[in-house]
Amino acid sequence: MNSELRIADKKDWLKGATGDWEVIIGMEVHAQVSSKAKLFSGASAEYGGEPNDHVSLVDAAMPGMLPVINEFCVEQAVKTGLGLKAQINPHSVFDRKNYFYPDLPQGYQISQYKQPVVGEGVVRVDVEDGHSIDVGIERLHLEQDAGKSLHDQHPNMSFVDLNRSGVALMEIVSRPDMRSADEAKAYVTKLRQIMRYLGTCDGNMEQGSLRADINVSVRRPGEPFGTRCEIKNVNSIRFMGQAIAYEARRQIGVLEDGGKIDQETRLFDAKKGETRSMRSKEEAHDYRYFPDPDLLPLELEADWIAHIKAALPELPDEKRDRFIKDYGLSAYDADVLIAERASAAYFETVAKGRDGKTAANWVINELFGRLNKEGKDIENTPVSADQLGAVIDLIQAGTISGKIAKDVFEIVWTEGGNPAEIVEKRGLRQVTDTGAIEKAVDDIIAGNPDKVEQVKAKPTMLGWFVGQVMKTTGGKANPQAVNQILRQKLGL
Amino acid sequence: MTSLTSLTISAARDGLKKKSFSARELTDAYLGAMEKARILNAYVVETPDQARAMAAASDARLAKGEGGSLEGIPLGIKDLFATKGVHTQAASHVLDGFKPTYESTVTSNLWRDGAVMLGKLNMDEFAMGSSNETSYYGNVINPWRRRNSNAALVPGGSSGGSASAVAAHICAGATATDTGGSIRQPAAFTGTVGIKPTYGRCSRWGVVAFASSLDQAGPIARDVRDAAILLKSMASVDPKDTTSVDHPVPDYEAVIGKPIKGLRVGIPREYRVDGTPAEIDALWDKGAKWLKEQGAEIVEISLPHTKYALPAYYIVAPAEASSNLARYDGVRYGLRVPGDDIVSMYENTRAAGFGREVQRRVMIGTYVLSAGYYDAYYVRAQKVRTLIKQDFDKAWDKVDVVLTPATPSPAFAPGEITDPVQMYLNDIFTVTVNMAGLPGISVPGGLSEQGLPMGLQLIGKPFDEGTLFQVGHAIEEAAGKFEAPKWW
Repeated sequence: MNSELRIADKKDWLKGATGDWEVIIGMEVHAQVSSKAKLFSGASAEYGGEPNDHVSLVDAAMPGMLPVINEFCVEQAVKTGLGLKAQINPHSVFDRKNYFYPDLPQGYQISQYKQPVVGEGVVRVDVEDGHSIDVGIERLHLEQDAGKSLHDQHPNMSFVDLNRSGVALMEIVSRPDMRSADEAKAYVTKLRQIMRYLGTCDGNMEQGSLRADINVSVRRPGEPFGTRCEIKNVNSIRFMGQAIAYEARRQIGVLEDGGKIDQETRLFDAKKGETRSMRSKEEAHDYRYFPDPDLLPLELEADWIAHIKAALPELPDEKRDRFIKDYGLSAYDADVLIAERASAAYFETVAKGRDGKTAANWVINELFGRLNKEGKDIENTPVSADQLGAVIDLIQAGTISGKIAKDVFEIVWTEGGNPAEIVEKRGLRQVTDTGAIEKAVDDIIAGNPDKVEQVKAKPTMLGWFVGQVMKTTGGKANPQAVNQILRQKLGL
Repeated sequence: MTSLTSLTISAARDGLKKKSFSARELTDAYLGAMEKARILNAYVVETPDQARAMAAASDARLAKGEGGSLEGIPLGIKDLFATKGVHTQAASHVLDGFKPTYESTVTSNLWRDGAVMLGKLNMDEFAMGSSNETSYYGNVINPWRRRNSNAALVPGGSSGGSASAVAAHICAGATATDTGGSIRQPAAFTGTVGIKPTYGRCSRWGVVAFASSLDQAGPIARDVRDAAILLKSMASVDPKDTTSVDHPVPDYEAVIGKPIKGLRVGIPREYRVDGTPAEIDALWDKGAKWLKEQGAEIVEISLPHTKYALPAYYIVAPAEASSNLARYDGVRYGLRVPGDDIVSMYENTRAAGFGREVQRRVMIGTYVLSAGYYDAYYVRAQKVRTLIKQDFDKAWDKVDVVLTPATPSPAFAPGEITDPVQMYLNDIFTVTVNMAGLPGISVPGGLSEQGLPMGLQLIGKPFDEGTLFQVGHAIEEAAGKFEAPKWW
């Protein structure tokens, strides 16, 4: 669909002094390829290390050094392209983007300009308020990351750390298909999710593995696109929302004051929560792109692509649909469970041979709730899927009540162990012996004639009797049996 | 012992095997000759200690009956090749003090086969030049002089140091590189043999880049056989250079002396250029006659896009150079001229570090790649390049090898050509070969009226260097060898 045609939901329109506005957003996401080595050198692509620890002769652009493409990085890009349901280009070209900067040792970045490895695709994005949009992918290309200038190490010199220099990035360029900060945030969240499913980018935003340049413009609803500004290098999803909200308001202010938007590059200042001008279109670099003569064009064989495609894991959209269909889950529960591949896998282990909804409730409410509280993630959960499954089995078998089950879960969380054994050893087994329950009921009726009178007038008082029985049985009496016997003996 | 330096590589190799002399003796003879020939300014640095140590190691291997194809053979290395721990500056000020921690693949191959390094050879700065006048280390002098003249002449360029050193017998052979004629033109000016192999034949890893899609390493030697021996060692596929080609390296020496009867030799009519001195054209005719006399078939052919090769070359080569030379920015190695901020440091460093010709080409290259000019210049030049390749592809249906003059004139005097375009015309017969990625060899064909050597060029099919050596040897047999009278 022509991106220009899509009009935002009315609720996403921005009120200006002179009427309503729509914000139009497109993104260039830079995702670091998960790979042991850099894109064109054998040096380590690992995060951290002492400055200039991970630098080869190629990364430092020593005279006579030549780039050699890392096949694994290409595979990762192709995998990502397939995950974005995009066209994989069998022929693509690496170009040089020329500019001078101390953290760019070659004096050019090797990137892909006219012929990227991945072409058009589409991502389905579910926004928090329940609506979904399709965001068009224009292209994905591979390029080198730059190093880092350190300005705080010396009174009048800057230092350069080349550890990141040459690390492989995927630049994923979207169509201007987003119409609110929430849509933009949901899009990046979805991209991150897909790449984490594929194992092609760890999505670690604190370490800079995922960052975005955001193109923002505003228009009267349904009118042609306005002039856009590009907000550079925003590195958290929260900041992306803030930057878009600020920038849209700023542009509306300028236009409503009778001004016009200058096409420019802007920076987001997270401390002040505002964007400011970095350089105008006139000051824009002339990058003098041309095909890198050190690298032959990248030719991908159809078999190789097919092989990667066949080995793709199940992606979030498919998994979500399957969870709804096969386990009878709500869309909301399915979304929560598939957010991470590991949590979905955990759920499926728990749900295997058990009731899906019950499994989902336990995983979402008890496990995720507890993990969140302790700031742990699913990889480090103290309660394994098998343990949680055993707890659910004990409820289903009537061995323990739901209430006791929560206690058992807590014991497994803090102490570990086999839930069935815990129940046996600690005498938590539910009392289903009606004789024992009847005796307890009889004792309570005999001891509380006033309450017996009251319950006859007001049947909801039954709850007090249930409580008393549970108290004397240490919570182990089967609640259904207690109810039944009480009703019978009290004549309700 | 002076006679040792007059031996070709093949003769020295035989002498070493027979233990007629040792590698140390041979190396010492060259080191002595180098000292006496410093007026030629062929070397930017001599490495006598290293040379003697390498020669001693060769002697040890030879004593055990071991040793590679170049065991104990003393060579000069163009300053463009990275040599571990040794001056590697592309004869530029901007690389002041640069000593790499790595060894180029080509020189590694030579050392693997037992060769001995005498030192680093002078050249035009970053291999940009046709007269060796752009070196930061000063002009190289051609050992050849005009008859009855003491005036200095240029050795050609950019591999002027290599050609001069080989012609003056101050190395047994030399490495060189050729981007538009930088091996073949100086070979022609000095009466030596130089071959630019097929693009991808030798690894470019560790060779300071000028124009990546055109640069190729090759040898300059005293005769065709020596060039064949050297190329056999230099050539290899290299996983570190993905533009190098995995194609078997044949025993080039084996084809030398093989009759050329029945070979079809193309004479491209477009190489008859107005203004070419009559003696160059006459040499060309003579070359064709020699080959015909030895049984080859002479076929007139057309390479219709030849006239566009030089202008297209002077777009492609500077474009690539402008990008390749961006790394010389004063940040990590070489020269740094401080400034008030990073931009002025760049400007000061590059203004002081690059000579005028390098600056000119960086500016031309930057211009032709600029927004709005890219399609008009770079893209069109690449199209011309494709047409030139197609010209040759068609020619190979009719002929096995192409014969042309190597240069439009014999050697000239330093300062004689000041107009850059006039200087660029020196490459007129050689650039097409680089643009098409083909192998080309320059073989001495005779002396000019003024007694200066003139070269004939043979152009071959991709990876058919063997035929160039075969036919080159046939020319050599007919023309004889030429040695500069010693005056230094």
